[in-house]
Amino acid sequence: MPHVEAIKTTKGKHMTMKKLLAGATLALGITTGAYAQDDPTKVGFVYVGPVGDGGWTYEHDQGRLAVEEHFGDAVETVFVESVPEGADAERVMTQMALQGADLIFTTSFGYMDATNAVAAQFPDVKFEHATGYRRDTPNVSTYSARFYEGRAVQGHIAGHMTESNIVGYIASFPIPEVIRGINAAYLHAKEVNPDIEFRIVWVYTWFDPAKEAEAATVLIEQGADVVLQHTDSTAPQAAAQQAGGVVTFGQASDMAEFGPFPRVSSIIDDWAPYYIARTQAVIDGTWESMDTWDGIAPGMVKIGEITDAVPAEVKASAEAMIEAMRSGEYHPFTGPINRQDGSAWLADGEVADDGTLAGMNFYVEGLTGDIPQ
Amino acid sequence: MDLSAINPILLLASLMVAATPILLAAIGELVVERAGVLNLGVEGMMITGAVCGFIVAVNTGSPWVGFLGAAVGGALLSLVFGFLTQFLLSNQVATGLALTLFGLGLSALMGQGYIGIKAPDFPDWDIPLLGDIPIIGPIIFQHDPMVYVGLLIVGGVWAFLRYSRAGLILRAVGENHEAAHALGYHVIRVRMLAIMFGGACAGLGGAYLSLVRVPQWTEGMTAGAGWIALAIVVFASWRPGRLLIGAYLFGGVTVLQLNLQAAGAAISVEYLSMAPYLATIAVLVIMRAGRAPGSLGQPFHASR
Repeated sequence: MPHVEAIKTTKGKHMTMKKLLAGATLALGITTGAYAQDDPTKVGFVYVGPVGDGGWTYEHDQGRLAVEEHFGDAVETVFVESVPEGADAERVMTQMALQGADLIFTTSFGYMDATNAVAAQFPDVKFEHATGYRRDTPNVSTYSARFYEGRAVQGHIAGHMTESNIVGYIASFPIPEVIRGINAAYLHAKEVNPDIEFRIVWVYTWFDPAKEAEAATVLIEQGADVVLQHTDSTAPQAAAQQAGGVVTFGQASDMAEFGPFPRVSSIIDDWAPYYIARTQAVIDGTWESMDTWDGIAPGMVKIGEITDAVPAEVKASAEAMIEAMRSGEYHPFTGPINRQDGSAWLADGEVADDGTLAGMNFYVEGLTGDIPQ
Repeated sequence: MDLSAINPILLLASLMVAATPILLAAIGELVVERAGVLNLGVEGMMITGAVCGFIVAVNTGSPWVGFLGAAVGGALLSLVFGFLTQFLLSNQVATGLALTLFGLGLSALMGQGYIGIKAPDFPDWDIPLLGDIPIIGPIIFQHDPMVYVGLLIVGGVWAFLRYSRAGLILRAVGENHEAAHALGYHVIRVRMLAIMFGGACAGLGGAYLSLVRVPQWTEGMTAGAGWIALAIVVFASWRPGRLLIGAYLFGGVTVLQLNLQAAGAAISVEYLSMAPYLATIAVLVIMRAGRAPGSLGQPFHASR
């Protein structure tokens, strides 16, 4: 299927800049750093969905706007939306680098290979890849948020709110990020409700409103009265609202328009502070390759308002849990936890290490079904 | 695996709903292709219909007026295609693809201010008496009205092509436009009308997504449904009856695979996900698609 891509630049002189900078970079081999004094620092963003998805990409774009606001004329931003993961992504990143971008944020797991390939060709351009783990060259950083902390809160509320004891879960792709979310939600739902059962549907897309709506409807028809989603559109919220009596949570963005019910809370990604800090580092020349994985404590993950549809005592215990994670007292993956096959993973009181979490490819005990390989 | 969790009645009922957008788009394209024109811009017309329908419905508060707006929007966009291919004799394949790209961009632009807004309610029709029949009632007679509008359009197209004089002319134009021209029929006019009908139907299909199925506006929300509709026309060997079967088969397998997953079926997800497409391909091969209209995709000019 063909995709539409539109290069949009926030400052006017798009074509001239492109030609000028591409020409200058190629002919003179001048590093972009040399321009830093005269020219604004150029920051590029590659998005997997449309800016108007109301979820994942929307929040990244909010981060971009925050960068513009913070730096004013000192920074110029460019973005390309709805870029398919694969060869197209590589082309878009190359084009951005040729256009003179100093820093490029690639905001989907599936851009991992493309980001590292392009970064190898442009050693003077800094690349930041969201949710990945490969940093092949010193000009690649990775960053992600500990969404599983938010998932733990969702699981806690879901376990209390469900009456059918069936929780539906719309999963996107079988990658560690998504599996971690399922495990975190399940563990904390199980903790408050031992009879809980998770029904998981893999839709193999980050964004397909019709398919997401269908998946939500199917889960609801099979008895789920709580639907968690790891996809980016608000379609499951609308489906739940139509069905009535079904609880949902906002994903990536607040999705407050569906509150106070069915949306009773949400996980909000707040990328703005990180984007501003990294842009500042490029301007200062202090940028270094690193891996950032921040959670509730630094504010990269925020929990949207828990509405009054949630009983007061549940709201209070959920908030206590958020606070415990913020202060570092509590880690959502604290033993004893067994793997799905019954073998021990974490001993009593043991806390999961980041390495295992980053590559998580197994369900915890109690979840049914297999992870697609 | 807990197959008892799958309620066959609900499954069949949601099959009809899931199939409706592609059914609407496909029946329009069928008429266009029977008139000898290949319009690959179905996806673009669908998404334009989706956004036009949504904008009109939100501003008037009436989903019905919204659907009307969607049909008009889709038809207007198809006129661009019609003008380029019929009067300027541009290449139909290239123009159709361009129409899809144009439609996706245009809809994103038009929908800028409509993100995150909810569509007005479009309640299900609980048809008295018929809706109370056990089993069949909930499957067939408790849907929103557009499901039946889709079926009516399919029935209407079937009768039109089979029994009406105008339908015969349309088919003649599609089979051999030079002969039809020699007989005194206005080839271009017939084709323009068919193209507009196709655009209107695609628009309705798109609006079904944005007003009923999802129901809200998000960019790129048709996510390839238009291409499925195109495939189903070939699958149906250009016959309305088979088209209905094809759309329901595709919708059915799509819903079934989600149901099987949710019930924890021990079949791996990849196979389930490809099932709708595999089923389409398999039936295509088995049924050996009938002959395409003779003049399909060929440009016509009276001087030749």
